[in-house]
Parts: sequence; C-alpha cells; structure tokens
Amino acid sequence: MKALHNLVEKVKPQFEKGGRFQKFYRTFEAFETFLFVKGDVTTRGSHIRDAMDMKRTMFHVIIALTPVLLFGMWNVGMQHFKAMGEEAAFMDQFLFGLIKVLPLVVVSYASGLIVEFIFATIRDHEVNEGFLVSGMLIPLIIPVTTPLWMVAVATVFAVIIGKEVFGGTGMNILNPALLARAFLFFAYPAYLSGEENPAGNFVWTQAPADQAVDAYSGATPLAEAATASAAGDVSASQMMESMPSAFEMFIGTIPGSVGETSTLLVLLGAVILVATGVGSLRIMLSVVVGGLFTGLLFNLVAVNPFMELPAYYHLIMGGFAFGTVYMATDPVSASQTGSGKYIYGFLIGVITVLIRVVNPAYPEGMMLAILFMNVFAPLIDHYVVEANIKRRMKRLKPVAEQSA
Amino acid sequence: MSKVIHIKRGLDIPLEGAAEKILQTPSRTAIYAVKPTDFHGLFPKMLVSEGDKVKAGTPLFYDKYNEDVVFASPVSGTYKQLVRGAKRRILEVRIEADPQDDYVDFGAADPKSLSREEVREKLLKSGLWPVIRQRPYSVIAHQEDTPRDIFISAFKSTPLAPDMDFVVNGQEESFQKGLDALGMLTDGDVHLSMHSENTTSPAFTEAKGVVLHRFKGPHPAGNVGIQIHHIKPINKGDIVWYLDVQDVITIGRLFEKGIYDASKIVVLNGSEVLKPRYYRVLSGVNITAFTQDNIRKEEETTPRFISGDVLSGEKIPPDGFLGFYDGQLTVIPEGDKPELLGWLIPKTDKFSVSRTFFSFLMPWKKYRLNTNIRSGERPFVVTGIYEKVLPMDIMPMQLIKSIMINDIDKMEKLGIYEIAPEDFALPEYVCPSKIEMQTIVREGLDSMQKEFA
Repeated sequence: MKALHNLVEKVKPQFEKGGRFQKFYRTFEAFETFLFVKGDVTTRGSHIRDAMDMKRTMFHVIIALTPVLLFGMWNVGMQHFKAMGEEAAFMDQFLFGLIKVLPLVVVSYASGLIVEFIFATIRDHEVNEGFLVSGMLIPLIIPVTTPLWMVAVATVFAVIIGKEVFGGTGMNILNPALLARAFLFFAYPAYLSGEENPAGNFVWTQAPADQAVDAYSGATPLAEAATASAAGDVSASQMMESMPSAFEMFIGTIPGSVGETSTLLVLLGAVILVATGVGSLRIMLSVVVGGLFTGLLFNLVAVNPFMELPAYYHLIMGGFAFGTVYMATDPVSASQTGSGKYIYGFLIGVITVLIRVVNPAYPEGMMLAILFMNVFAPLIDHYVVEANIKRRMKRLKPVAEQSA
Repeated sequence: MSKVIHIKRGLDIPLEGAAEKILQTPSRTAIYAVKPTDFHGLFPKMLVSEGDKVKAGTPLFYDKYNEDVVFASPVSGTYKQLVRGAKRRILEVRIEADPQDDYVDFGAADPKSLSREEVREKLLKSGLWPVIRQRPYSVIAHQEDTPRDIFISAFKSTPLAPDMDFVVNGQEESFQKGLDALGMLTDGDVHLSMHSENTTSPAFTEAKGVVLHRFKGPHPAGNVGIQIHHIKPINKGDIVWYLDVQDVITIGRLFEKGIYDASKIVVLNGSEVLKPRYYRVLSGVNITAFTQDNIRKEEETTPRFISGDVLSGEKIPPDGFLGFYDGQLTVIPEGDKPELLGWLIPKTDKFSVSRTFFSFLMPWKKYRLNTNIRSGERPFVVTGIYEKVLPMDIMPMQLIKSIMINDIDKMEKLGIYEIAPEDFALPEYVCPSKIEMQTIVREGLDSMQKEFA
C-alpha cells in the first residue's frame, strides 16, 4: 500500500495546478479516490462520518447486477445455438455470450465515462459515481445485436442530454440508462424493433435469421403475445401455448434484452439491494402491486386474449422485473418522499401493463412507464411536501386556540 | 406525569471510551478564557483593558447590538490578552487566574420573592444571561422577550454523553433554585424532559414548579429541539427558551449565594483518553488541566480535541479552552491517513447505518472512529435515509434544499423555526453524499433572522 501510495503522490504534482497535465486533474483525482480513501478530515459539522459513501452505494448496485449479467451472457450464447439448431456445452454458450456482451459493456463505460470526465473537468467538480451504475445498466437493457456505434451514440446522448445538461448526477430528471434505450428505440426503429433488423439478424438473438432453424421465432414472449392478440381469433390458451412456459420465463431462458430475461436472478439482485438498504423496497413492492392490480383488472373486463393473460405473467415477461428492481428504484429520478414512492411505484406498474395490453404499437411498456413517471415524480413530491406543509399549518391552529 | 414519549427514529453511534463515574478536581490552570465565538452572531465590545484586575462575575465585554447582555469573567485574576483571528475577530479573552477566587457580590435572594424584572436584571448584571438560548435561531435569548415556554433536557443522548444524574448529584438544591428563577421568566411552563428509565435523580423526578416529561429511544431523544417538537412544537411567531441542566444550577447558585460561581462538571472521554472521567472545573478552563498525561500517544495518530460531542462539538487545539456551553471534551483520532480501497473493503473497524458494512451484525461492538470524511462532497442522491434519523415531522432533504436555494417562504413552511444545527447532526453523519448539513442549517437560520430583523 505504501509503495502504491508513494507512486500516486509522486505523479500527483504533474496533475495539480501548474503541472504538465493539470487539465486532467479531475480524471487523475477520480482514479486516486478510487484507489484510496483520501486522508481528508472533517473541518466543520459532525466530526465523524458514516463509512458509507457514494462509491460504496454504487458498488452495491453493481454487485446486485452481477448475477443477471452473468446469466445474460450465458443466455445470449444459449439462444444463439438454439437458433442455429446446434448443441453446445455450457461453457461454449457462456463464452459465446461473453464475447458478444463484453464489448457492449466496454463501449458503454468508455463512451459514458469520457463524457463524465470532460464535464467534471469543465465544471471543475469531482467525477461523480453515478455512471458506474448507468454504464452497467445500458448493456443489460438493450438487445445483444445492437451495433457498438449505436451503443456509444446512445450512451453519449443519455449522459449529456439526460444528465449533464441538468447539472450532473443527482440533478437529472430521467433515468440516464433508460433514456439511452429510449433513444435507440426511437432513433433506430428499423434496427431495434420487430423480429429482424436490416442486417438480417434476429433483433433479440445473435444469429442470422435466414440460417436459423424454422422452429425458432426469435421473438420475445411479449411480442408473441402482442402479435397473437392483434391477430384476433385466438383464444388466451392458444396464445399462451405459442409463448414460452411461465417457468421458462421465470428462469429466463427466453429471447430478450441481455439482462432482463431472468426473473429469478433479478429477484436475487432485489434481495441484495433490499438487504443492504441500497434499493427501495417501497418502490419495488408498489410497482409489483400496481402491475398485478392492472393485470387483474384486465382479467375482469377481458375483451381480447391479451387481457385474459394471467396477471402474474406480466411480472415475468419482458423487462418488468428488471425495471422494477434496478431502474424504478434509481433514487435520483424516482420520487424522493416516503409516501411519494408508493404512488410513483404503483403508477409505474399500472402504466406498464396498460401500455403492453392496450397499445398494439409497442409491446414493452416498462421503459416508457418508468420514463413517464420519472417526469411526474417531482409533481408527486410536490404534493407530498404540500401535504406536510398543510399538516404543519393545521398544527398551528389548535395551539393558537389554546393560548387564546 | 404524562405518558412516555417514545422516539423511534434515530441512531446511537457506539463509540469507545465511555467515562467511569469518578469525579476529580484538577488543580487550577494559569489561564482561563471566554470565547466570544461560542455565541453565534455576537459582536463583542470590550469593557476592560489589558492589565485590569477582574473578579469572578466582572463583565468583560458586551454585545454591540444588545448592550444589556454582558459576558462575565469566570475567575478572578488579571485580564491579560485578546487573541484575534482573521479580520481582527476576537477569538479569546484570556484571564490570568489568581490562586483564589474573589467574587463580585450580586446579592442572594429568593427568586420567588422577586419580580420578573428583578430576576432578569440579576441574570443580566451577573453575566449569566447568555446561558439562556432561544428557538428559533438557536442564539442567546433576548431579554425583552417573554418566552412561550422554557425547556430543559435532563438527559443527553449524544455519543458518549455525560450522565446528568451523576452531574447533578449534590447540587439538587441549586438546580431547584434555578428552576424557580426560570419559572419567573415565562407566562408558560418550564418543561423538564427526563429519560423514562435512566433518569432517577430526585433533582429531576421530584422537581417542583415544572412540567415533567419522559422520553425514551435512541439519540436524538435527548436533544431539546426534538423534545420541544414532541411536547409543544414551535410555530411561526413563537419564542421558546432552553438551557442546560448545569446552567440552571449556575443560575441557582447565583440566587443562593449572590455570586457567579462558574464551576461545572465536565466529562473527558473518547477513544484516545486513557482514563475517561468526570472533572469539576471552572467554565473557560484550559483543557490541559485534565488532559495532561491522559491522552493515548501513538506515533501514527494525532488526537482531535472536541469541545462538546463528536456530532456537533467544536474542534479546539490541544491547549485550547472549553466552550461556554459544553460539559464534555471528546478526544478521537484524526483520520488523516489515506486508506487503500477504503470504500470497498468492509473492515470491521467501520461503523455504518447501512447494512453494506458488517457493523449491523455486531450491535455490541464499540468503535474507535476517526475524523476522516471518507469522500468528496456530492449532490443529494440517496433518499429516505435522513428521515430515519430525524424524529420530527419535518422533511429533512426538502428543507435542506430550500435553504440551499435560500427560499425563505419554503424554509418557513418546512419548519426551519423548529430546528437547530444540532438536530441535523445525525442526517449529516449518515449522508453518503457528505453534505455539510449543520453548516447549511446555520446559514438558513441566519438568513431567516436577517429577513425578520
């Protein structure tokens, strides 16, 4: 440790004011504080501070994301060999996925961090840790076939427009990772919706569509449900037959974005987030309640097969679980008040299912629902704060009467 | 007696170095000092000139903006030196102490036989007035106000806080006399808040002329601000006064003996103290009187001396003077050493409210925490943790943000009148973004005060 620290101290003057690389001071500092908790002491206020800091908070989200990342890698390989009709060993499947997914992660981190470093330098503040999580989320919520240049463009867009224009981490209104996905889906619809893209690949599975075995559709369960429902003359049970079984969807051996398919491992991540206190259980639960509630409501009035789909299906299909646990709980873009979180989460669940079932143009509703509620979270908070103010004003009255 | 008020939200930070209940009287130090900086917003004007002889109770300086409020010498001796800081601000008024104290006689009297004006006059003359502070703003009370109520907390819940039962022991009569005097100053009540189980001293449990309350729960249950909030909250236009138990005793002695007897009991504790104990000293004492040969010496660590508790006390030099309102000196190690991957490795010597460290698995463990700030300052990111350590119907994050943007209207509506910096010490402690909340609260209070001045 001493030697490493001496090394850091030795090169430090080069980056400080007057040094050769003073423009890169913030970048240097980011690496320095990554390696060492600095010897800075409190000067005012509380003399001791909790051991928890931003780095550790973000790091725990990364830990919680690891299971879905690893599973996602394996599933990418598994889906590929399945589409091609080939048998492959577990490690081959995993390695295939690793080779496909790792570049996404690297590109996402590299492009996003460059923007972060530039803005930190211009604004002369410390590099914030927020992107550590966003950079991992982005590759997990896009199809594995997304071209790398698109990942870079989307990430840069999301970090600049979604975050830095508002003042950086902690000031953003929208969840940056979701914004990157939304950008991709609206800017390159030909590539990222439907079942094939112009390159002739399946969208969700890394395999050329014309070489795939016939039985392989490459569609996500949500897309299948939407198509079947739009076709009209199928019953709900026929529709469910065309989809993967609930068990498969729960385990996650289905096509979909890299990290979203396995509800089981998302649950494991949720346990980690809730146990460490990093993720908000309030939000997670209320999203689930909102989704189930709307699903059941549709079951009651069912006029088409999609509405008859068991409500719990919504929880295991598509990005519902992933969005609930990792995206809706982003503390900055979510509601920041205690009771506001219930409303915020519940409405995300409601809107997600609403979009899925009612809007035929867009099979997945999670992303739009969260972004929509991100925009409304400040409004929810406003009313919660107003309620607090009113309560305080009311308190004033009885006391005034007493003393009168 | 009313029912027990159970404070559920809060946090007890388990620190090493609690004091044994042993009371010692160290020998007098050569120099005592009154620090005008202990009184927020005070602009001191000197009343004595260098070389003047003073007695205990002789006024040393007064408040430029409120000339009736004078600050008296705690000892008899010679006014020696003024220590100034940046912009010639007066930091310390130093007195070279005589071997024996000689007191100014203000005349003993039973406060109950005096009028409100006479009680007030006596407190102002003797330089004891500044022990009374007010909310809102957490500053010295104004003598022309009549407070709605007066609040006294009979227990402290801050980390390593002194045991007030032990402190009050043997001074029960003075305490009651002080309460009698305070009762004359308000049309409302004098509220005395005790701990439901730990407070047993009859000085508190059998106090007369006061309304008794019982609290239990973690820190900040002992903070007077929290108690006021749960007993009778402060609304716009209300003024309440508050003071410490030891200051009530000092007031009591003034009426008993007619003198300003500045002696108080100070606890010396913290992980760096070899023998943490209680000491009977005079206000304004030089801390070397009881820290000498009692501080752990290690090559790598420097100790930090804190007048007060670790959450909202003041850093003072190793040969500094105890603060006017403080009955505690805490010594903890400085955290000025960098730590390799310190944010990542969950060492067992770290304490955290979050369950990302192992401290939550070891509730019995005591910690030797240092002053490392652990990270640079970040904007607010994590939500919902500040409420967990602020047991008031106040939205901490929203209030802090309204102060940051200096939105007077919002601050008022969100409850700034009820709070003092010390109430935001725990939110500041837990903040993962390391936002300096106590400083922000003080700035907010200042701008409110200016707005309505």
